[in-house]
Amino acid sequence: MRVVRLAHETDLAGWREAARRLRAEGVAPEDVFWAVEGGGNLFAADITSEVGVGQADAGEGFTVSRDFVAVAERAVLNRSDERFGLLYRLLWRLKDEPRLMRDASDADVWRVQALARDVDRAAHKMKAFVRFRAVRDAAGEAFVAWFEPAHRVAEATAPFFVRRFANMRFSILTPDVCVHWDTQNLGFTPGADAAAAPRADSLEDDWRTYYASIFNPARLKVDAMTKEMPRRYWRNLPEAALIPELVANAQDRTRQMVAAPASKPARRIAGVPRAGAAGPSDDPPQSLEAVAAGVSGCRRCDLWRDATQGVAGEGAGAARIMFVGEQPGDQEDLAGRPFVGPAGQLFDRALAQAGVPRDAVWITNAVKHFRHELQGKRRIHKTPSAGQVAACRWWLDAERALVRPKVIVALGASAALGVIGKATSVGKARGAPISLADGTQAVITWHPSYMLRLRDAAAKAAAFEGFVADLKSAWSLAA
Amino acid sequence: MAALTLRQKLAILSDAAKYDASCASSGSVKRDSRGGRGMGSTDGGMGICHAYAPDGRCISLLKILLTNFCVYDCAYCVNRVSSNTPRARFTADEVVDLTLGFYRRNYIEGLFLSSGIIRNPDYTMEEIVRVARALRETHDFRGYIHLKVIPEASPALVSEAGLYADRVSINIELPRDDSLESLAPEKDAPGIRRAMGAVRLAEDAAREPARKARPPRFAPAGQSTQMIVGADGASDGEILRRSETLYGAYRLRRVYYSAFSPIPEAAARLPLKPPPLVREHRLYQADWLMRIYGFGRAEILDEDANLDLTVDPKLAWALRRREDFPVDVNTADREMLLRVPGLGVRGADRILAARRLKRLELADLKRISRSLETLKPFVVAADWSPGGLTDSVGLRAQLEPFQPDLFA
Repeated sequence: MRVVRLAHETDLAGWREAARRLRAEGVAPEDVFWAVEGGGNLFAADITSEVGVGQADAGEGFTVSRDFVAVAERAVLNRSDERFGLLYRLLWRLKDEPRLMRDASDADVWRVQALARDVDRAAHKMKAFVRFRAVRDAAGEAFVAWFEPAHRVAEATAPFFVRRFANMRFSILTPDVCVHWDTQNLGFTPGADAAAAPRADSLEDDWRTYYASIFNPARLKVDAMTKEMPRRYWRNLPEAALIPELVANAQDRTRQMVAAPASKPARRIAGVPRAGAAGPSDDPPQSLEAVAAGVSGCRRCDLWRDATQGVAGEGAGAARIMFVGEQPGDQEDLAGRPFVGPAGQLFDRALAQAGVPRDAVWITNAVKHFRHELQGKRRIHKTPSAGQVAACRWWLDAERALVRPKVIVALGASAALGVIGKATSVGKARGAPISLADGTQAVITWHPSYMLRLRDAAAKAAAFEGFVADLKSAWSLAA
Repeated sequence: MAALTLRQKLAILSDAAKYDASCASSGSVKRDSRGGRGMGSTDGGMGICHAYAPDGRCISLLKILLTNFCVYDCAYCVNRVSSNTPRARFTADEVVDLTLGFYRRNYIEGLFLSSGIIRNPDYTMEEIVRVARALRETHDFRGYIHLKVIPEASPALVSEAGLYADRVSINIELPRDDSLESLAPEKDAPGIRRAMGAVRLAEDAAREPARKARPPRFAPAGQSTQMIVGADGASDGEILRRSETLYGAYRLRRVYYSAFSPIPEAAARLPLKPPPLVREHRLYQADWLMRIYGFGRAEILDEDANLDLTVDPKLAWALRRREDFPVDVNTADREMLLRVPGLGVRGADRILAARRLKRLELADLKRISRSLETLKPFVVAADWSPGGLTDSVGLRAQLEPFQPDLFA
């Protein structure tokens, strides 16, 4: 049996050096006993020789995988006595099984990962459960905590507190080691005991008040609490002293709430008007503002349910030309304005190129709510049905009657359906104005999103040119 | 009436805030107090729960109302104008001092500030923003701030809130528009959705690569919302459909489900029953399946259906879809592994890594999954095949917990 005496409980450097030598000498894991100076766990009788620590490294060079080092650095902080032996066994096995660390189902790997996980958890709980108490000294206010970590994580967790409280002097006293930060330097001193820490803090009563008040007695779940805030931490948590009483009274408090008669207001209440729009109406709207208000509360089809808002038209109230798109898209639905998304930006470019001032036209859609379906977490555009277009004509017709344009440009098939009232092929109807019953001229062209969908650059450029030409001729028709 | 002490106000205004389930301090950017004048840090990932109350809920933030005076009359809320609950109001300085005092002692990760509606939405929002501004600008506070956005507040105030806050939230309150109309007469469901839409647009703009002037920072931890479960007649299917819509439209980080809780000073319009905690738990599990496990809402349940309270939604799904099982853990893809009851994200990833080195046996799975008995009927391993177990009539009964985990 070979014995290694490490300098202290978390002496990873000493372990590394000894492990290198042992492995180079071919000493099997079962023949090594790992002890810590002053640890009191040295009782094996059949010691044949000790492995010196601190001597020059005689072993052959070898490297171990990064994931082994990462897990070893954490596992060594575990209070379990098996840690050094387990790490050596893994190191030994890595010689023949270089990818061993990736096998979480292997018993040794599983065990070392469990040790490392417990250490991570202890570090996390330290970040959570350290409670500082204010003290005053010649230099002013400083903060001191007494904490008992589940594993030896105080030193490794200290940088977290430095980042968080860089401008505050603090000490965290633990049985293993004490951490000190003076706003410039991080220092460590040997472990202390609870008596060295301040016993109270002026804010603890406030904190306990908060803890008791934020608790809802109607939802008692003691197991869930204890799982995340294990009892071993309670004695250093000022709020934990309240737990028994809060738990004991919870059921009575809930019973009283449930049994109490419904409350009646002790004073007269003046009502506040609802922020939203008035209910739906069957009277044709008399102004464009009324159209906008009506659209936002519209229930003429089901599309409102999954949409953010109805998107009414906008522009010049007495425009000579009206552009009708299909429906709001994702961006329009969020912003509440027509043609602001990618298709709207392309449309703006085309209008500018055709010499049509956007503020002189009325822009709207055949359908006022966004029809879509969810693919994963994305809302994907879906063409509105003929029924939805028909239901929404109520609003389009109202806009037409109020704006009274000379020319209406229908962008795409859904818009053509809304404007003309029957299904029309854009390819065939493009270019030739159609006279409508009310005397307006309808011009049918593509929807701007058609050009966004074209893959071929040349086809895209050609279509855009044709689109601009259509807008230009519609504009002169309206002149 | 004698003036309230700070501690009395704290008791009233934290009691008034406790029905909001959210207390997360997660998902923000990485920053800390080095090089600054103040204190605070966020690590970009998971937040820290500094304590747990006996209701099992995480206490991460100082969650308080600025005031519980409120002009609205929402039947489900203890702070509604018609309730006789004791009222209090903090000054902005009091909230700032409490936050810094608690933070300095490592009690909290930051502040979650909400408020009853006083005077009008803009005035209220301004008061909330004033606290956040003082924390960030006067005190260089770099901890977590979650602000409640009042849906009717002006866009400029919402933008300023987003500048200081890590997260903002607007509560959708109820799964149905018409129940909001009847229970919260001053609230407006379309207005709430519009406000969420505006928040998403602001988030998108802040993330866009800078062209000329970069738009100001906006709530890097995104937005969340809360829905009260059990105060109206909505089915679980309706609730999840609403969540699905909200996740898709507004890129919400989280939807919180809050089982309607009996409150002191209850209104006559609402049932006084103990909260449906198991139902709330199942909704969270189903929500998790949608967000993390790639399930579509329609796969989990129909719109008019309710979740099975006895078994979790993933097991319920697998029991309905036995023709898809058993799954061979040595060959199945990640997507399918994630659908096996008893396997989580970490378990699936461990299987994928380990099986490059060897063929997995049952003993290996025992170290990978915490619930081997749940797993066994649904998987094939090198030395294991469930045979008739997968399709056996008694399987459901065998996998049901001995006692329904009513308070899990």
